[in-house]
Amino acid sequence: MESMITNLGMHAVAAEIFLTCAICVILLVDVFLNDRLRWVTYALSLASLAGCAWMTLRYGVDERFLAFDGMFVGDAMGDLLKLFSYGTVAVTFIYSREYLQRRGLFKGEYFILGLVALLGIMVMVSAGNLLTVYLGVELLSLSLYAMIAFDRDSSIAAESAMKYFVLGAISSGMLLYGFSIVYGIAGTLQIDELALALREVGVSHLGLVFALVFIISGIAFKFGAVPFHMWVPDVYHGAPTPVTLFIGAAPKISSFVLAIRVLAEGLDSLVANWQDMLIVISVLSMALGNIVAIAQTNLKRMLAYSTISHVGFILLGILAGTTDGYQAAMYYTFAYVIMSVGSFGMILLLAREGFEADRIEDFRGLNRKSPWFAAMMLMFMFSTAGVPPFIGFWAKLEVIAAVLNVGLAWLAAAAVVFSVIGAFYYLRVVKVMYFDEPTDAVAIEAGGTLRTVLSVNGLAVLALGIAPSILIELCARALP
Amino acid sequence: MTLTEILFYAFSAVLIVAAVGVITARNPVHAALFLVFAFFNSAILWLLMEAEFLAIVLVLVYVGAVMVLFLFVVMMLDINLAQMREGFTRYAPLGIVIAALVVIEIGSVVWVKQLGVDAAPALATGAEGYSNTRDLGELLYTKYLYPFELAAVLLLLAIVAAISLTMRQRRGVKTQDIAAQVSVRAKDRIRLVKMDAEKDA
Repeated sequence: MESMITNLGMHAVAAEIFLTCAICVILLVDVFLNDRLRWVTYALSLASLAGCAWMTLRYGVDERFLAFDGMFVGDAMGDLLKLFSYGTVAVTFIYSREYLQRRGLFKGEYFILGLVALLGIMVMVSAGNLLTVYLGVELLSLSLYAMIAFDRDSSIAAESAMKYFVLGAISSGMLLYGFSIVYGIAGTLQIDELALALREVGVSHLGLVFALVFIISGIAFKFGAVPFHMWVPDVYHGAPTPVTLFIGAAPKISSFVLAIRVLAEGLDSLVANWQDMLIVISVLSMALGNIVAIAQTNLKRMLAYSTISHVGFILLGILAGTTDGYQAAMYYTFAYVIMSVGSFGMILLLAREGFEADRIEDFRGLNRKSPWFAAMMLMFMFSTAGVPPFIGFWAKLEVIAAVLNVGLAWLAAAAVVFSVIGAFYYLRVVKVMYFDEPTDAVAIEAGGTLRTVLSVNGLAVLALGIAPSILIELCARALP
Repeated sequence: MTLTEILFYAFSAVLIVAAVGVITARNPVHAALFLVFAFFNSAILWLLMEAEFLAIVLVLVYVGAVMVLFLFVVMMLDINLAQMREGFTRYAPLGIVIAALVVIEIGSVVWVKQLGVDAAPALATGAEGYSNTRDLGELLYTKYLYPFELAAVLLLLAIVAAISLTMRQRRGVKTQDIAAQVSVRAKDRIRLVKMDAEKDA
């Protein structure tokens, strides 16, 4: 054999291999369970997440490591993002359990599709080749399409799944088209070789800019940034709340890493070109997200528009094109995921049989019913609005500082203005909870686990805001 | 012009005609058949480039499996052609404007300005006894092992997703339960009632 694998490095891929095996085992075990024993699937899913975390910690790498002939990259950023994703998915599963049980949706598919989506995220996080980037994107998106349509009695879910599927397929096509043009010019798909090859080609190469437009469109779609945001409100609104929670959390990490691996590592010589494009996308996202969110009465839809605006902020960090900027964007992504999981967790906490709790008015007088959870929601909303001392404030501060450092003062000013506009609709939720009379006297039904984890989540928003250096330093260490 | 070039231009021309046929055919079944035709022609183009394996796979997988399935679906659907064309005139102006814009944009990049890419160089031909399939297989299981396995997971995911979206346990379906049928006892089925032969007057 002439072409043996020169560099296999199986140990670096331990977590991915373990998760793939775990998915197969859970898939088989789930078939033999009846509905009363379905908790076994749930427990196995959580156990495999714990196993993945152990694998990542045990086989974590300190310096950049290439495996499978460069298809896989192990680095400190990858390990941190993976560990964070495991945690996010685990919390998502814990929050979702009771809701799913009450609606008769507590089936193995939710967990299996969720784990495959996580595998897709992990593949993207450690992608060293545009081919693996694309396979990761597809693993994640295909699982999400199926998860959205998973409640088959809901026509609105089917409709939003259909919209997401059609638009998602187009965006994957654009991404792939962009990759293929880049391949035609650089002659390689390997991200590190690509960066070297493109430096020789030069920035003025028109074909490259042409490819860049397609790649940026694909990435912006996966982020849900304006003008590729059309799917976000419909999908967030139409999907069952646990699926909305899932989409709103871990996939944001993958969108971030998609931008980092492709733009910052692969196409770094084109930074001037993609910076301009991202500035437009970022400003539009912050503007549209914050302004349209004001008009929403449905909390899930409002949070969808809020996501669009937060994506604008994450892009601010990326478009700075400096290591500081990438760190800030990573920190913002983490902060956003923690807050988003908490906000959707609150909806799941209040939901009960025949009551979705997804309208803003459903939170009326929450303070009377449960002062503790009203305080939790208050923290999530204040943090998302960017009020100190919560984590959301530091995240905004970091990205704005990164943009200021590269001399884009007007962009920083715009970001501040839009976040002030955005504060209005977050505060409206707080007003409804504290100053309106409750419409019913039904107590919160949710069980102890959900209450405990949600409380921890809320306190984390406060604690990480009071001691922001913990997470900021982690990000700084991951992205030197 | 060599024979290969003549063949290339001939099959390319047919390919383009077939591709245009796919989007202009009024009947969806004809469109699907045009697509089959287009696949065949691209397979022949691949053969001309000495990519025998890809050519055969294209015919086997796309023509043999995917398109036949596709044709079945198209034939089963009850498509109302008149209804499908209803919105056409209404959306046509917008569609034409967008199409023109895209054509102008791409045209300005590809033709008006130089792309900086030379015409494709002549293809290298393989040596005597060179096996395209063998090389592909070797690459697939060595250098591209990781993406190859991921593609396999993708297929598994497609199966899980398709089953979870379509399988539905319906109530009131008349299915056989062999175990229940075998283990049935006579007294579950028949109840013997003792009665007098005559009614008392």
